[in-house]
Amino acid sequence: MITFDEVTKRYADGTVAVDRLTLEAPTGEITVFVGPSGCGKTTSLRMINRMIDPSEGRVLLDGVDVTTIDPPTLRRGIGYVIQQAGLFPHRKIVDNVATVPYLLGWDKKKARDRAMELLERVGLDLKLAGRYPFQLSGGQQQRVGVARALAADPPVLLMDEPFSAVDPVVRTSLQEELLRLQAELNKTIVFVTHDIDEAVKLGDRVAVLRVGGHLAQLDDPATLLSRPADDFVREFLGRDRGIRRLSFVSGHEVGLRADLTVPVSTETAGLRDTAEPWLAVLDEDGRPLGWARTDDLPASGTLAGVPLAPYGTFDRGRDSLRAALDATLLSPSGCAIAVDDAGRAEGVVTREALSEALDRVAGGAHA
Amino acid sequence: MREEPLVRWDWIGRNWPSIQSLLEDHVVMSLVPIVVGLLVALPLGLACVRWRGIYQPTMSLMNVTYSLPSLAVFVMLIPVTGLATRATVIVPLVFYSLAVLIPAVVDGLGSVPDHVRQSAVAMGFTPLRRLLLVELPIAVPVVLAGLRVAAVSSISLVSVGALVGRGGLGYLFIDGWQRQFYTPIIVGVVLVVLLAAIADALLVLAQRLLTPWSRARGTA
Repeated sequence: MITFDEVTKRYADGTVAVDRLTLEAPTGEITVFVGPSGCGKTTSLRMINRMIDPSEGRVLLDGVDVTTIDPPTLRRGIGYVIQQAGLFPHRKIVDNVATVPYLLGWDKKKARDRAMELLERVGLDLKLAGRYPFQLSGGQQQRVGVARALAADPPVLLMDEPFSAVDPVVRTSLQEELLRLQAELNKTIVFVTHDIDEAVKLGDRVAVLRVGGHLAQLDDPATLLSRPADDFVREFLGRDRGIRRLSFVSGHEVGLRADLTVPVSTETAGLRDTAEPWLAVLDEDGRPLGWARTDDLPASGTLAGVPLAPYGTFDRGRDSLRAALDATLLSPSGCAIAVDDAGRAEGVVTREALSEALDRVAGGAHA
Repeated sequence: MREEPLVRWDWIGRNWPSIQSLLEDHVVMSLVPIVVGLLVALPLGLACVRWRGIYQPTMSLMNVTYSLPSLAVFVMLIPVTGLATRATVIVPLVFYSLAVLIPAVVDGLGSVPDHVRQSAVAMGFTPLRRLLLVELPIAVPVVLAGLRVAAVSSISLVSVGALVGRGGLGYLFIDGWQRQFYTPIIVGVVLVVLLAAIADALLVLAQRLLTPWSRARGTA
């Protein structure tokens, strides 16, 4: 556990970067520091590994004041990932990853074996091990940066805007990779970002800091989005925080209708009189093919020859209500098709069902 | 009257042993200043990076030295180091090479990206290890570029020493000019150019071997 106890950082010119910050980053969880530039989030992070020392107050690592530990020793036990990855350009990828083991005096073979294991773990092709950093893409470099931080298996990981410099697609995959790794490794992670979406996606707990280094709110993401502490936090979370909050509501919250799905082999004749304007057409395996408009169905034949409208799906086991809402917007029927892991339709989410689920969530926000 | 040929090959053949010893002398007098210059420039460059305030005064001094005509410096040094000695030529050339190599070391260390330095600190490098294992290796391409300039200029400047009696291949220029006889002049020019080209090629080779990580960076 990392504890900030009344920590203040004041510079010689009188600027206060961090003002009496008190908070805890629990063991095995991701704590995100988020805020606009100048809020002291990076300064706070760097006080954990003594790249900056506090002017007042104490930073404790499992109860030990970090200023009592010699900086190089302290830092070798704390993984660190920064924005541009900070890889050593003159060292091969495998040796970059093995940096801290080398510093700790491991023998070369053991350090390199460990490095190869980590490259695999962060999803990199082992062929890259013998290359130099300039030969890798930004996303690959960032993965190497994460592998390097994990090399000596430190219990604590500090990440300073690690994914901010890569394009959005790569960023999303890196974020998912981090969550996957964290599920296996259970590190104590402190993660700094200016991106509130990233903060609520990754954080078990999110600390919102305001300019001048004040802690505005510290909560789990769902609480943060539903109950912002004040106007600053509300504004920082942005106008679409209600939509984002749906990310934290399970897809199971919404009810399904099984009667709106029909196999593609069905004769159209019997369907033309149904009261439903749209039906979800499924293939032989039960996977969705698209939406058929009942008014336009031909008098004879099966659904196989009918033109189908586009559809959206969501996985009820894995996806949130936000994905369900998104899926309803993708089809002209206004309904989403719920699918299982194998992509087979479980039923249909109507606007009414979605609306009921949203009502329940909104009710919960005021409870 | 028969036309005198531009190059008298028989003269070269007859004088080859003395040409060879002039060449050796030239190599020694141009190489020593580069090696000594590098050994001096490294700690001075590091000091300039460590204490930023002394960089400008140091460079002003070096640039003033660099602007002094080499012949004048050779002449001034004769009372100290003696007429026609190697030292008379080598000492000024050390200073000339410093004027190129100190900024090369400073710029080389400056070429270390800040995020690389930061991450070295964050991973627990002590300052000395960081310098030796991270910063200096990354500075190598820039330092070697400076070394190429210093080497070529040192090789060409040695010739001027001939005017104070010790100029390696430069002796051939004076000899040829005094006798209005072109062969030694041409031999001297060809050998000096050849020497510079070889020195440069060796340094390029050294760069390729030492810094495979920077080879393709320009095109990547």
